[in-house]
Amino acid sequence: MDRFFHSVTLDPDKCVGCTNCVKHCPTEAIRIREGKAVITPERCIDCGACIRVCPHHAKKAKYDKLEEMKRFDYTIALPAPSLYGQFSNLDNIDLVLTALKRIGFYEVYEVSRAAELVSEATRKLMQNGHVQVPVISSACPAIVRLIRLRFPDMCSHVLPLNAPMETAACLAKEEASERLQIPKEKIGCVFITPCPAKVTDIKVPIGTPTSEVDLAVSISEIFPKLADVMTKIGQPEQLSKSGVIGVGWASSGGEAAGLLREKYLAADGIENCIRVLEELEDERIRGLDFIELNACNGGCVGGVACVENAYVAKARLQHLRKYLPISRNRLVNNIPYCMQWNEDLEFTPVMKLSDDISEAMAMMMEIDDLCGEFPGLDCGACGAPTCRALAEDIVKGEAKKSDCIFVLRDELQRMAATLAEMSGSQFTAGAAGEGKGEGNEH
Amino acid sequence: MKPLHLEYIVPGDDFTRAGEASSKVKNMLKRVGFDSDSIRRVAIAMYEGEINMVIHGGGGVASVEIYPDRVEISLVDHGPGIEDIDKAMQAGYSTAPDNVRSLGFGAGMGLPNIKKYTDEMRLESEVGKGTTLFMMIKAGA
Repeated sequence: MDRFFHSVTLDPDKCVGCTNCVKHCPTEAIRIREGKAVITPERCIDCGACIRVCPHHAKKAKYDKLEEMKRFDYTIALPAPSLYGQFSNLDNIDLVLTALKRIGFYEVYEVSRAAELVSEATRKLMQNGHVQVPVISSACPAIVRLIRLRFPDMCSHVLPLNAPMETAACLAKEEASERLQIPKEKIGCVFITPCPAKVTDIKVPIGTPTSEVDLAVSISEIFPKLADVMTKIGQPEQLSKSGVIGVGWASSGGEAAGLLREKYLAADGIENCIRVLEELEDERIRGLDFIELNACNGGCVGGVACVENAYVAKARLQHLRKYLPISRNRLVNNIPYCMQWNEDLEFTPVMKLSDDISEAMAMMMEIDDLCGEFPGLDCGACGAPTCRALAEDIVKGEAKKSDCIFVLRDELQRMAATLAEMSGSQFTAGAAGEGKGEGNEH
Repeated sequence: MKPLHLEYIVPGDDFTRAGEASSKVKNMLKRVGFDSDSIRRVAIAMYEGEINMVIHGGGGVASVEIYPDRVEISLVDHGPGIEDIDKAMQAGYSTAPDNVRSLGFGAGMGLPNIKKYTDEMRLESEVGKGTTLFMMIKAGA
């Protein structure tokens, strides 16, 4: 798989070259080039911010299609807990799980079950002091990628455990393969995802060389199919095996609450998360031992593939969790190997200007000088998110000064003045530009 | 090589903006490609110095010179000055008022922290005139 595979892509036919996505990208990965948005793959973290703001729906996410599960002999659905919050008047999770079986899955393994195991494993690691405090959650793939690109010192703080999705796939596949005596390759684990970052995470995982999740189908694709079947189910099968902690992972603060300790912080929304990471890096946040960060507002319920408003979904989940036991899944022994990362999170300095410090400094000075020539409006008309980003692009040879419409206007005025002079006309440069003072002169 | 020069005005008594300058310098160093350990030391030391200017100095000017092998920072304020520099350098010693402490600042660790994270530190102060703090952080080998 391509190291720079991304779920988030552009539909050039729909893109009109407006700058909404450019201005909202947290890693400044998007530019408008020749009238269309272009995503720099090295910088994209698949957070989906551009999908959310694009008024033309030109930004989209590539999810796997449900029908692709036909290539497996046996299929297991892995529903994210955020799925349960999409349905109004739902008071039994089993209804959703039974519906998943009715639309073609042989088996269902709730990701919230694995979440309870991850919660327990995290508690163990923290008790034993095997992780660097404050520990940062590794559950949101967009956040892990953001840290990898922008926060070198925070890489070693990221929880070295697979997210519940991956853990669920490993455990479900292993269990089914043993029980049914079929090879793992014939079993397809299909994650029902709230966001595109998870799609990228199964194609190009972090912390583990390959993912056990075979497909990631969006909640938005599966929602109408389930809703249709659910109305026809009389008595649902008893399938749900997760508790308050596991289901709680769907919204911001849920993972942290599952650690049963109070010195934590939970931030959601990518800009808020960036602010927390900046302050963590400067050791301005002290006295906390766990940091939960979710790129989407509200947590996973706010993912771009969800159909319901994040806060409504959160409210519904609160209702659904009300009568559940605290937790229904326990680690049998130690933390199983399949839950642990076997690769360190390594900083990837894509924001760096050059490998040579002196050269980078010279570039930085040039950028500073150029910035002085731009109006500082950060209007985005040049196709870069800020005047500074344009200056950087110019120094890197990827844009030119006249991409700035203000610089261009001044150049045109100068040209007009020169032309006027050459033709012997009485018009002055000022007259060519703004037409001011003309009346008095004539 | 000519250093990269940056200058920031640090407003006094405005906690909402404290840390702005050190944050900008940090991001600049990341772009230039400094090693992460020295970036961290610059960010922490400069932030502590900035906070001092906000709490005690009534604001001032932060000037930063970035060389390929080091970062030099001077923080100049025209505040009340420090009466006893040796005492001020002691861990835990603080003259911060209660309202500042209630914000979580003023634990008396500012200057000791700066000392800890820098390779060179000079503190010059005259009562009634102001304080100048110079610090230097070497880039990692």
